[in-house]
Amino acid sequence: MASHPENDGPPPPLGRRAPPCVLLLCHPIEFSLLDRPLPDNFRFLKPWESPLPLDDFLSSADARPAEAILTNGRAPVTADMLRRLPGVRLVFTSSAGVNHIDLAECRRRGIAVAGAGDAYSEDVADLAVGLLIDVLRKVSASDRHVRRGLWSSEGEVALSSKLGGKRVGIVGLGKIGLKVAKRLEAFGCAVSYNSRKTKPCVPYPFYSDVGELAANCDALVICCGLNEQTHHMITREVLLALGKEGVIVNVGRGSIVDEKEMVQLLVQAELRGAGLDVFENEPDIPEELLALDNVVLSPHSAVFTPESFSDICDLAIGNLEAFFSNKPLLSPALYQ
Amino acid sequence: MTSHPQNDGAPPPLDRRPPPPVLLLRHPTQFSVLDRPLPDTFRFLKPWKSPLPLGDFLSSADARAAEAILTSGMTPVTAEMLRRLPGVRLVVTTSAGLEHIDVAECRRRGIAVADAGDAYSEDVADLAVGLLIDVLRKVSASDRYVRRGSWSGEGEFALGSKLGGKRVGIVGLGRTGLKVAKRLEAFGCAVSYNSRKAKPYVSYPFHSNVCELATNCDALVICCGLNEETHHMITREVLLALGKEGVVVNIGRGSIIDEKEMVQLLVQGELGGAGLDVFENEPNVPEELLALDNVVLSPHRAVFTQESLSDLCDLVIGNLEAFFSNKPLLSPVLDE
Repeated sequence: MASHPENDGPPPPLGRRAPPCVLLLCHPIEFSLLDRPLPDNFRFLKPWESPLPLDDFLSSADARPAEAILTNGRAPVTADMLRRLPGVRLVFTSSAGVNHIDLAECRRRGIAVAGAGDAYSEDVADLAVGLLIDVLRKVSASDRHVRRGLWSSEGEVALSSKLGGKRVGIVGLGKIGLKVAKRLEAFGCAVSYNSRKTKPCVPYPFYSDVGELAANCDALVICCGLNEQTHHMITREVLLALGKEGVIVNVGRGSIVDEKEMVQLLVQAELRGAGLDVFENEPDIPEELLALDNVVLSPHSAVFTPESFSDICDLAIGNLEAFFSNKPLLSPALYQ
Repeated sequence: MTSHPQNDGAPPPLDRRPPPPVLLLRHPTQFSVLDRPLPDTFRFLKPWKSPLPLGDFLSSADARAAEAILTSGMTPVTAEMLRRLPGVRLVVTTSAGLEHIDVAECRRRGIAVADAGDAYSEDVADLAVGLLIDVLRKVSASDRYVRRGSWSGEGEFALGSKLGGKRVGIVGLGRTGLKVAKRLEAFGCAVSYNSRKAKPYVSYPFHSNVCELATNCDALVICCGLNEETHHMITREVLLALGKEGVVVNIGRGSIIDEKEMVQLLVQGELGGAGLDVFENEPNVPEELLALDNVVLSPHRAVFTQESLSDLCDLVIGNLEAFFSNKPLLSPVLDE
């Protein structure tokens, strides 16, 4: 645990000091949507309650006591922010990804980082599989067809495609990717993967190059995090390698895929379809996608279940309490 | 194999006799959708090409030559029809269900019956799971939300509900039901079932009464066939026992559920949601359902994948060839 810059030894434990100040970078919707109160053994600083814009608030005297920052996946924690809040020793993000946090700066300053850990991985994996089934079996498209009254008049929707036997390539075989793989096996899919490096003790074939993975698969499921290496990793070439019958599902981050190229290929029918929970510029969706019947669009809601939110609330509180009691973090994220 | 009523011994094999006449009650869509020709080793009698109405056609000399009947789920094979076609020794149906065939009369007359066997069960199971994920995680509803611009306009969509940990009751643990169970286990669901009788070698808890099953479950997946016992088996009481958060998925037959009652409960918010591939009066869907966001509607297409239809065509031809070569049927309907 990092020492407080103004002390020599470890800080006093939680029960014997004033409630630590925690800066909330965004509304804690996981708490509010569940009607759960914030814990009262912390003092939460809420920038939106100040008349000052966020930037000025961070430089104000009100913000300086902050010893921890709570953020979600959208509000970045930058080097500049950390410079202005020298009291901060812990950053907790309620997101699965940590690409919005300047991890290098945190390391330099001895700031601990905690994330969502395993809280979401089942829900995200479930949605990934749900999106794949939807695209292959045209579930949402058929539902639209029926709601428009077309079942009676125009007869059948076009044939759909069986899941079993499909070769599915998982991009990023982490916590989420492994759960996707396990589910797909139950449907009789043949799973392979691409990751930074091979995973030991995993039965699935490994491809070191994502283009090669695509060439050998009928569908790709993007489960990795966003970083310098994965940004726009799914290029036009990768999608062309996936082929005209290929399906892409993205539950990672929008910018892992070259969205402009993907949209073009979908419009030109160079891909069978796409199931997307994430986009490069949320909540804006490329207009062309709205006109396509073979895409399923999800408003970055892979983690939106009461169960996941409840786990995140527990994890936020648990990590804060652990840190300020000089105990190990529940879900440290600094090593990603 | 049953003997031909006019012979003493086994009939001559396929290649040493004129093509057996097979009465086609309707052109099988599985063949036409795939652009697959009917095999020329058989002589298909096509009533719709005759100027006579079906009733009269069946009494004609043409029809009386029939040694087999090929039907789909839409056209019944009645005792009366069988009486008029004494040469028929085999009935092949392209459907998964048998409710349109007088199986008892077939047995009385020594007529063999072949059905769709296992050709569809994976695809039907996949769709059942896809519908359950869709209802619980609001996949189609979110897609609608995004397409009408509400993500940018109104913000986050509603919370869904996690699959893992849900208690799912399978009604009818046959070929399809068992496959649904296996898939749901991969998502961390707790599976139990109701069937005519308990299945040996199956580890899931058995409930002899479907209402008791509903009381102990968060979702029901209807996988059984339609017959006298299962007609309107899912009553208002069963749905109320399932509860306000309960979800029903039906990939069996519409009339297994008391549709009128189910619709009312959904409209009144007494049932959490429904994923339906079948309805009591297809292709008519109760209008009230079209206005609900928590139902997913599928136009009875659980079997409409390239792969299933192709397998089915192979199976139909295979059964006809096997029978007329005095070999065992590939997918016989056996006494249970």
